Amino acid sequence: MAHVSGLIATDIGRYLETHQRKSLLRFITCGSVDDGKSTLIGRLLYESKMLFDDQLAAVEADSRKWGTQGDAIDFALLVDGLAAEREQGITIDVAYRFFSTDRRKYIVADTPGHEQYTRNMVTGASTADAAVLMVDARKGVLTQTRRHSYLVNLLGIRHIVVAINKMDLVGYAEEVFRAIVEDYSDFAARLGLADVTFIPMSALRGDNITEPSATMPWYRGTTLMGYLETVEVDEARAQRGPFRMPVQWVNRPNLDFRGFAGTIAGGVVRPGDRVRVQPSGRESTVARIVTRDGDLPLAVAGQSVTLTLADEIDISRGDMLSGADAPAEVADQFACTLVWMADEPMLPGRPYLMKIGARTVTATVTSIKHQINVNTLEHVAARKLDLNGIAECNLGLDRAIAFDPYAENRDTGGFILIDRLSHATVGAGMLHFALRRAHNIHPQHVDVDKAARAAMKGQKPCVLWFTGLSGAGKSTIANLVEKQLHAQGYHTYLLDGDNVRHGLNKDLGFTDADRVENIRRVAEVARLMAEAGLIVLTAFISPFRSERRMARGLMAEGEFLEVFVDTPLEVAEARDPKGLYRKARRGELKNFTGIDSPYEAPEAAEIRLDTAALTAEQAAGRVIEVMRERGLLRA
Amino acid sequence: MTLTHLQRLEAESIHILREVVAEAENPVMLYSIGKDSAVMLHLAMKAFHPAVPPFPLLHVDTRWKFRDMYAFRDRMARETGMELLVHVNPEGVEKDINPFTHGSAIHTDIMKTEGLKQALDRYGFDAAFGGARRDEEKSRAKERIFSFRSAQHRWDPKNQRPELWKLYNARKHKGESMRVFPLSNWTELDIWQYIHLENIPIVPLYYAAERPVVERDGMLIMVDDERMPLRPGERPMMKKVRFRTLGCYPLTGAIESEADTLPAIIQEMLLTRTSERQGRIIDHDSAGSMEKKKQEGYF
Repeated sequence: MAHVSGLIATDIGRYLETHQRKSLLRFITCGSVDDGKSTLIGRLLYESKMLFDDQLAAVEADSRKWGTQGDAIDFALLVDGLAAEREQGITIDVAYRFFSTDRRKYIVADTPGHEQYTRNMVTGASTADAAVLMVDARKGVLTQTRRHSYLVNLLGIRHIVVAINKMDLVGYAEEVFRAIVEDYSDFAARLGLADVTFIPMSALRGDNITEPSATMPWYRGTTLMGYLETVEVDEARAQRGPFRMPVQWVNRPNLDFRGFAGTIAGGVVRPGDRVRVQPSGRESTVARIVTRDGDLPLAVAGQSVTLTLADEIDISRGDMLSGADAPAEVADQFACTLVWMADEPMLPGRPYLMKIGARTVTATVTSIKHQINVNTLEHVAARKLDLNGIAECNLGLDRAIAFDPYAENRDTGGFILIDRLSHATVGAGMLHFALRRAHNIHPQHVDVDKAARAAMKGQKPCVLWFTGLSGAGKSTIANLVEKQLHAQGYHTYLLDGDNVRHGLNKDLGFTDADRVENIRRVAEVARLMAEAGLIVLTAFISPFRSERRMARGLMAEGEFLEVFVDTPLEVAEARDPKGLYRKARRGELKNFTGIDSPYEAPEAAEIRLDTAALTAEQAAGRVIEVMRERGLLRA
Repeated sequence: MTLTHLQRLEAESIHILREVVAEAENPVMLYSIGKDSAVMLHLAMKAFHPAVPPFPLLHVDTRWKFRDMYAFRDRMARETGMELLVHVNPEGVEKDINPFTHGSAIHTDIMKTEGLKQALDRYGFDAAFGGARRDEEKSRAKERIFSFRSAQHRWDPKNQRPELWKLYNARKHKGESMRVFPLSNWTELDIWQYIHLENIPIVPLYYAAERPVVERDGMLIMVDDERMPLRPGERPMMKKVRFRTLGCYPLTGAIESEADTLPAIIQEMLLTRTSERQGRIIDHDSAGSMEKKKQEGYF
């Protein structure tokens, strides 16, 4: 792995000293299958002498077997990793490569350029300081070039190189280069890209990669390597911002030590600095910056440290420590850009886990403002977001968090969304600003509260959530339960399709997205009614587990009873009281639960009613019985 | 203040170590005694200082490591104050699996791959730190830092979670586990430079010394104990050798070297023209062999 340094052989001590002072640059390469991106990376590895003889021998053998360059080395084969994609001749995922020069170490995120892999590019771009966009000189600026530029800008990469490659195939002609520069500059201005550098090159022949090209004397700018060695690392910018540190872990080895461990996300910290704990708002002073090699006088963004504070205040994982003079904003409603990364679409109203910094909260997209067509940058209306879709959204959390706009700090403004059932990472987003209503709506302290209202009625409020197939008997049983409760003097209210679909939810249809929204509204209304002290009964198919779980999450512990009206599909279909199954079977009714839309049965309902074994009256009696057992009714 | 590349790599690794401890229920650090393990252990000591790292070390032993490695392992456990768990596959012991009679593939599969799965299941670990680096091998270059395994310990390269910014999704279902690689972004040179800069102790076998070796199948194999059967005509000879990578002694080739200090080792590595894994018999099978092994559960 011989670096091009004579020092290695003559004075290894001095060589080590210089190389211990190198900085680190992360960059991403974007381009399509044929732009020569893998060839460029292979060339960079080769030119920085990062290849060993055995690796070269292996790639020469591979070149003969799979290569596309005749007898010459196919550099692309150096970087194409997994067996499956090697046979397809394309890269299919994000891969990370490493090389270094005398000045810097580099981590390259290599991502493919296919349309369906927006997800991979966003992933690779999230940690990059700079981007190298590959353009084939013969083809010029393509739709995908624009798409990559948009994504790179969206992820906050400030330094962009447009690598105009394959100049050897256009006779190293300056006019070709100039035309592409002009074309791209127009587009860059529209996107608001500030720092764009154009370099004509041939990755295959090595022109303008490390050495200025002899074949393009008309170009006097930097080589690619020259650019990469001098461009600003993003971390330098983060250090100029205000102090931020998400608390990752509380270190308590004994009663005398209480340290707060984390990676500094912004600014600088010194002992004696005043810090604010967010979102709680309490303040203290930094006492020590503790490391195994002794205390530090100062620590900067990018370092992982342990701080101790002068006062004993309650701080736990997920809290943010901020400079008291310039604290982060605290909010629970945001405008954001969301990138969807899962096959199953994002539905507004559906709850997801959101991880930001060291904190995990529950988040729902409250509305999609518009989706963005990444090819044309047009805004289009959308009610859901599919894989690789990007949209401007409003986001609501179950509690307030400290944050910075993504444009100011990538680590305190970037977040991922996690599916609560599959645990997959399904989305990534960038917070832009807190919504005004979040600033202004502070929970109003009221003197007459839920307990007072319930006490006046002499009852305990709760929600009985009936779920089951259409025709299972939900409304029938719920109606009987309500009649009995009413007869015993309880204040109740039954929410069902008839009194909700015709009014509050008359704007909703039966797509998955609308079903989720329907249930969200019902759950919110049920909560308000429970707050009012009522016993609420709801009778909705509510086919999805995640929405029922969301409804449960809105109520206090023990006040939500899921009632599974368990009727086999054949039985419900045979009953077919409203003739809906027949319509659905004839294809006249789309998205009908049990026919062409799934019903996810409850896994742990408080009450399961087997309607094959029980009459409606017996089933209602069973519900009353369970309520009594749980102390929800008067003895 | 510009951080050096080693400072940034260190910070990233510490962040990963802490994140796993904060989110996993029962983490463990796989300790293979080599230089990468030495760096990983050193980073763990830094990440949790002044506490002792809140997880044990696990050595999946094959019984064929160099004697120097066992001595070093026990010394490190003593000095760090961490608990050391050693697991040897009992079926392998029963059948006397060894690299001489059974060959490298079977030996590795039974003693390492199967042994590792047994140990993880036995102690119920849901997260295991490993010292693998992305620069070691092409299939590793595409593996995530947090790499999920099914309850059967299988890796699905087509279904990896995207990792953005410093946000790692560590959620998993019951029975699933994760392998976490805090050194993913380090190269061999970074490792050596860091060992030099931080004075991290490593097994003496990395330094050149006179050792008894035989030449076999184009490699210099050290005769580390009396269990090594000599082939006709083979006579151990003393040579000044060292090891670039450490594993089971019958499977690990030595190189002739004069490098008996860290700077000399680094110098030799920078001037050499072969990669470190070349000395490992296990990688020589076929293209994509490591990828297959990983899908089966090899670290």
